[in-house]
Amino acid sequence: MLRAGFGRARRRASSAVCGVVLGALLLAAGPARSAQAQEQARSVVGRAAPAFALKDLHGQVERLSEYRGKVVLLNFWASWCGPCQVEMPTFARWQSQYGGKLQVVGVSMDDDASAAEAVVRKLKIDYPVVMGTAGMGNRYGGVYGLPVSFVIDAEGRVRAEYEGGNHVNEIKAEIAHLLAGSGR
Amino acid sequence: MGLVLGVVLRACPVEAHADAGHTPAVTKAAGSEAIPASARMEPAELAAMIRAGHAPVILQVGFTKLYTEAHIQGAIHAGPMVSTDGRVLMRETVEHMDRHALLVIYCGCCPWEKCPNIRPAFAALRKMGFTDVKAVYLPNNFGTDWVRPGYPTVTGG
Repeated sequence: MLRAGFGRARRRASSAVCGVVLGALLLAAGPARSAQAQEQARSVVGRAAPAFALKDLHGQVERLSEYRGKVVLLNFWASWCGPCQVEMPTFARWQSQYGGKLQVVGVSMDDDASAAEAVVRKLKIDYPVVMGTAGMGNRYGGVYGLPVSFVIDAEGRVRAEYEGGNHVNEIKAEIAHLLAGSGR
Repeated sequence: MGLVLGVVLRACPVEAHADAGHTPAVTKAAGSEAIPASARMEPAELAAMIRAGHAPVILQVGFTKLYTEAHIQGAIHAGPMVSTDGRVLMRETVEHMDRHALLVIYCGCCPWEKCPNIRPAFAALRKMGFTDVKAVYLPNNFGTDWVRPGYPTVTGG
């Protein structure tokens, strides 16, 4: 018992020392000071939404410019992304609910279109879904993990970016705000 | 600096990280082998090794488009593990590699707990006889936990 107790105490002391040393080293060797500036440079929020013309799952070319005058929810997702598929049915409901003032556009980052098609069928998604590219992801500031959503206003400016799958309420509030502003 | 950081990280007990609440001691996805805390590598540790010029072999076991967009400096695309093609690519990529050398894998397509690739890749490599496999712990995703902090990244696409 004593040995075990001593062992635990020694491990805690060792951890404390390591914590201090590690903290100092990580501050020196870790994230660059310019990370925040790089993040600001990367973000497309507040800028004109990068244009795209990509084929949807039916082979039709979808252009962002076609939706000028509507609020656009651009949602990057993939068939292997569980959190993506939780929020997509909600987006489909919004598409029906907000009608002509909102356009949801899904961007699949799947390597294989057939995987995306299977999910679209399973979830009964009826908004356009295009096959995204690495270049498009980079033009939107880097889509390095999924899901990522962008809200674009009726003038084609990116108003907000949401990374991760826990932002449905925030996205809805932003869309409602923009739709209210556009006279809905 | 990188060498010193690497030595300190290796000397410190792994429990120190778990005790501090940074990560659970063991994580597991349904139907796949858990990755023990001792087989996880913090991003800062790998970044320090790369910056010091002592990068191990690094495999991205995720999706092609995400790799093309951005990947860890020096990483080889060897996935994704959820597809047959990805598993074949993995086998071919590591076929002639030293089974006892440090091999670092990462994905970051999704939050760690939801990632469909990292655990299957870890299990597959262990099964193939690799004895020193480490998985980079990316709790949120590759962007949040690697790119945004400014760690060595190659972008493309």
